[in-house]
Amino acid sequence: MYNVLALSFGEIFLKGKNRGSFEQKLAEQIKFALKDFKNIRVFKDQGKIFVETQRKEDMDDIIEKVKKVFGIVLISPSIKIEKDVETIKENVKELFEYITSKKEIKTFKIHTKRSDKSFPIKSMDFSAMIGGEILKNFDNIKVDVHNPDLEIYIDIKSKCYISSEKIKTVGGLPIGTNGKALLLLSGGIDSPVAGYMIAKRGVEVDALYFHTYPFTSERANEKVKKLAELIGEYCGKIKLYSINILEIHKAIKENCKEEETTILARRFMMRIAEKIAKENDIDMLITGESLGQVASQTMKSMAVIENAIDIPILKPLVGLDKTEIIEISRNIGTYETSILPYDDCCSVFAPKHPLTKPKIERIKKSEENLNIEELVNKAYFTMEII
Amino acid sequence: MEIYLDNSSTTKVRPEVLEGMIEIYEKDYGNPSSLHSKGLEIEKKINTARMSVAKIINAKANEIYFTGGGTESNNIAIFGHLYNINEKHNIITTKIEHPSVYNIYKHFEEKINVKYVDTDKTGKINLNELEKLVDENTVLVSFILVNNEFGTIQDLNEITKVVKNKNSRTKIHVDAIQAYGKIEIDIRKYPVDTMAFSSHKIHGPKGVGGLYISSDCKINSIIFGGNQENGIRPGTENTPGIVGFGVACDLINEDFNKYTEKFYSLKKLYCDKLTKEIDDIKINSQLDNNGAPHILSVSFKDIKGEILVHYLENVGIYVSTGSACSSKAKNNYRILEAINLDKDYLGGTIRISLGYFNTYDEVEYVIENIKKSVHEIRDIIKL
Repeated sequence: MYNVLALSFGEIFLKGKNRGSFEQKLAEQIKFALKDFKNIRVFKDQGKIFVETQRKEDMDDIIEKVKKVFGIVLISPSIKIEKDVETIKENVKELFEYITSKKEIKTFKIHTKRSDKSFPIKSMDFSAMIGGEILKNFDNIKVDVHNPDLEIYIDIKSKCYISSEKIKTVGGLPIGTNGKALLLLSGGIDSPVAGYMIAKRGVEVDALYFHTYPFTSERANEKVKKLAELIGEYCGKIKLYSINILEIHKAIKENCKEEETTILARRFMMRIAEKIAKENDIDMLITGESLGQVASQTMKSMAVIENAIDIPILKPLVGLDKTEIIEISRNIGTYETSILPYDDCCSVFAPKHPLTKPKIERIKKSEENLNIEELVNKAYFTMEII
Repeated sequence: MEIYLDNSSTTKVRPEVLEGMIEIYEKDYGNPSSLHSKGLEIEKKINTARMSVAKIINAKANEIYFTGGGTESNNIAIFGHLYNINEKHNIITTKIEHPSVYNIYKHFEEKINVKYVDTDKTGKINLNELEKLVDENTVLVSFILVNNEFGTIQDLNEITKVVKNKNSRTKIHVDAIQAYGKIEIDIRKYPVDTMAFSSHKIHGPKGVGGLYISSDCKINSIIFGGNQENGIRPGTENTPGIVGFGVACDLINEDFNKYTEKFYSLKKLYCDKLTKEIDDIKINSQLDNNGAPHILSVSFKDIKGEILVHYLENVGIYVSTGSACSSKAKNNYRILEAINLDKDYLGGTIRISLGYFNTYDEVEYVIENIKKSVHEIRDIIKL
């Protein structure tokens, strides 16, 4: 039935000087999300963005993809036609028939919006005229302007767009309108959700994955790659850095107390992440930490870990319960992959009794036994970009 | 360098096998059920393959049914035997079965009495206990002839005798997937009713298996369709697969003794060198004729088998932890626990399994790398 999607944004973001770049980023994201479809056109018509397909049978799949693009508030599947009165009449009738064949409609209302003032009939008059046409052609149907079963929208721009349905999307801001951050992505449930939440605010996300191959499996890499792809459906293509920190774990095991392992290793991860961020013009890090979830996520542990670096760490899940995180994870489609049973590097080197209340002085003292710069650099050179 | 020592998981096809298969894809691509000559040509080739497959266990060609693989053969046989069971019946198997039998028995636990016979420290079935377990209501005894994780060979003669003496109506199914083509089996000598085997474990193609059904035994069909394979496994035959399977069997039939002798001596070589070069190891496999020629299971103290597998893949050596079918399930040591392996060693087990392409030249490189890797892993884990 439909051949275009009309997209609506939260009004507030449409104002001001940023509108142009906002729309451009959004158009880029939409094109990326629809890269697998043929004969797609993304175009603007008098201030609104539209997605057009020549293959109507693809429309349902296209809607599923566009729903995931941040920065859109509503999608209206529409019929794009010439703004000729007879053509509009015919198409509204057709749409009306299509909808009434699927569900029972007793009352309706026509809305007309005339952005193109050269169109000879005023909006109110045109709505009345089309409404009259419907009443003439269909039985047992009434107009109800207050609480109709069906509303049909006629939007007259350089072309005419007819629609009735409005589909809610994930919202947010278009990726790339709000800087760039580096997500510490493990194979677990939390970090993909954290990446999703920050990306939703318009942030471009790169991801960083730490492993200890051959102490971990290549399948664990594949799992993280898959997770990056899954959140990529929302965030656009994600650049995934992978770093081997086996040497760091060895050095910690050789020179420091077992109970400090997790804190020390996390501090190294932050340092490596910071290094990558600085070299790639990335402003902040993102982690999936949630307060109190594990030993390294107590208030004191988080403070000591964060102390290792200068750039800020965003922790969008910090106040969420596990069940809440799982719910988002299911909604965005990462949960099933996250729970696959491959060891990530945390489990092999995890201490039996990790510190929950580390003191910064003591941790710094332990680190005196390690050549931090050399270890960070060594790890840095294991980098692979996927 | 690529040294593949995971032949109990699957094998690389031999070039002759591939050649035979290509010919079917390119020339004899007809359907054996077709009435025209293209159908007849391929029907003849399938019958030739059936003879080759039968010969390995000295069966008659008409006792061999082609299936979609070993797991399917086990399912067709066991479900076929148990088609008419009721709540007074019972069935018996061991605790060291492959999942393709073990999980069928688990499935039947809801319906009937399922008994698991114990095995000794080497993995051999306790015959006294078996004799006690078989009673007038025992419908089926199923056991694995060569265990897939450590290679212990069951005594076909004794087991079948014990079962049939106690109840001559009890059916016997043998999972011979790791045994077929690796140890001598003369099916005429034993009252076995059904036996399952697979092509891809002996350098044949994947996706094709065999099921022996003794001419004295009848099983019910569990898959319905056309009348292919006498209705036991309906569906258009996997003709290239079946022909490839036949070629793989011919190659073994040509030179069976030379083939297995090489495995035995390679296995012994690996075992001797490992024991000599590395401390704190346990050999889980039997080295005499109680163990299969191609499977060597070794456990190292203070090691995780999976880590060793990754260390070795890094230098082009491919081995397995336990068995591939269960190794992706975490901490699944069901079978190793059944042979009472020491807890300190349990997680540190790898399986070296040999195939046609393995050579004596590889041994030194493999041993050297296992030794190096084990030391490194121990150093890191122990620290």
